[in-house]
Amino acid sequence: MKPFLLALVALVVIGFGANQILTQIGFSSATAGTSPANVRLSD
Amino acid sequence: MLRLLGLLSLIWSLAVPAFAQETGDNARASTGGAQTLEDIMRRQQGIAIDDSFRSDLTGNPDAAAASSDQLGTLGGASDPDLWRALRYDSADITTQSRTPAATTLMQDGGMWWLQFREGPLLRIAVYLLGGTLLLLALFYLIRGRIRIHGEKTGRTIVRFKAIERFGHWLLASSFIVLGITGLISLFGRKVLIPAFGHETFSSLAIISKWIHNNISWAFMIALVIIFIAWVVHNLPDKTDLRWLAKAGGLFGGEHPPAKKFNAGQKLIFWAVILLGGSISLSGLSLLFPFEFNLFSHTFSTLNALGVPGWVGAGDLPYPLSPQEEMQYAQLWHALVSLILTAIIFAHIYLGSVGMEGAFDAMGKGEVEEQWAREHHSIWAQEVLDADAKRQEPN
Repeated sequence: MKPFLLALVALVVIGFGANQILTQIGFSSATAGTSPANVRLSD
Repeated sequence: MLRLLGLLSLIWSLAVPAFAQETGDNARASTGGAQTLEDIMRRQQGIAIDDSFRSDLTGNPDAAAASSDQLGTLGGASDPDLWRALRYDSADITTQSRTPAATTLMQDGGMWWLQFREGPLLRIAVYLLGGTLLLLALFYLIRGRIRIHGEKTGRTIVRFKAIERFGHWLLASSFIVLGITGLISLFGRKVLIPAFGHETFSSLAIISKWIHNNISWAFMIALVIIFIAWVVHNLPDKTDLRWLAKAGGLFGGEHPPAKKFNAGQKLIFWAVILLGGSISLSGLSLLFPFEFNLFSHTFSTLNALGVPGWVGAGDLPYPLSPQEEMQYAQLWHALVSLILTAIIFAHIYLGSVGMEGAFDAMGKGEVEEQWAREHHSIWAQEVLDADAKRQEPN
């Protein structure tokens, strides 16, 4: 069962790791679509 | 005389609206310029209507009352005028959102998606997953557990290496977590909110979404691992035809010969790779919204090839708005995931309670020699021959 337990550990590590990487590179779908100031849509 | 005039005016007042309706010069005269019953019925049928009488009615700044007057604040537009302008995307608004979808505040074209997602999609999920579980239970009751027929040898042979089992379990565990969290998202509004309330579901949905988004990477990595590890063993050959012709020996006692993977396992493998790959692609499209559009390009290509015409359908919608891209991605992601989940239910059944000795392959990595001879006779012979050769004195 060692590969199974290792897979569970990898699952957690990859999950948190992916989140950390996306956070570190500043990716967020919310911020990617947001401007710091109000803008006219026609601008 | 007065009575006669009164009678004439009554007849006139009743007749005029009737004439107006019959002439058809102004179809909306009867509704005072608002929608007609015909408009409503056409809209319900999804037929386009000329609604310029509403979309153009968004106020007139030139006719604005002075700011000192009571109606001056909206610059000649009433609240209904403003909402109509928002409704038809003609309002002059400001927003911090810079996504492509920011230019559409109300999307009429998304209603079919919303209605499908809240109704038929949930029913498909229940029928497909519930139906598969029911069929498997029925199969178990009729067929029972598939036993090892011959006498067990007490010897085992290595079925899967550690890296293969690691890849399998990473894929399996991530798929189960993604399946549960995906179903929480899918059934949240219709089932979980009525059952547990908004506040409880809100926390559950936030956690579930975080897990779903981040665990998805493990699924994609595992998909690559198992593809590399097993693709060579899953290429179709003529032994598969013999195996399929005998339905894998599922109903008779005789086991058709098979290599490392039989035709049934090969079908599962390719279903996982192709459907899993497609789920990953649509998932990435949802994970990075509006970043890459899959369906617009696909629909355009299919239309150019005339594929919809093969089944007597008209052209697929093209081009798609940013929201439509996301809506198609969501539906595809959910539907393909449900199909794969139903297939995986059957895989889990046969790999555990459905077949004696099968779980050992992934659990321990080694299987009973007799099990291997019965279910994978060609592969078992190859392994035993190789072992014998290694043990021969030089």
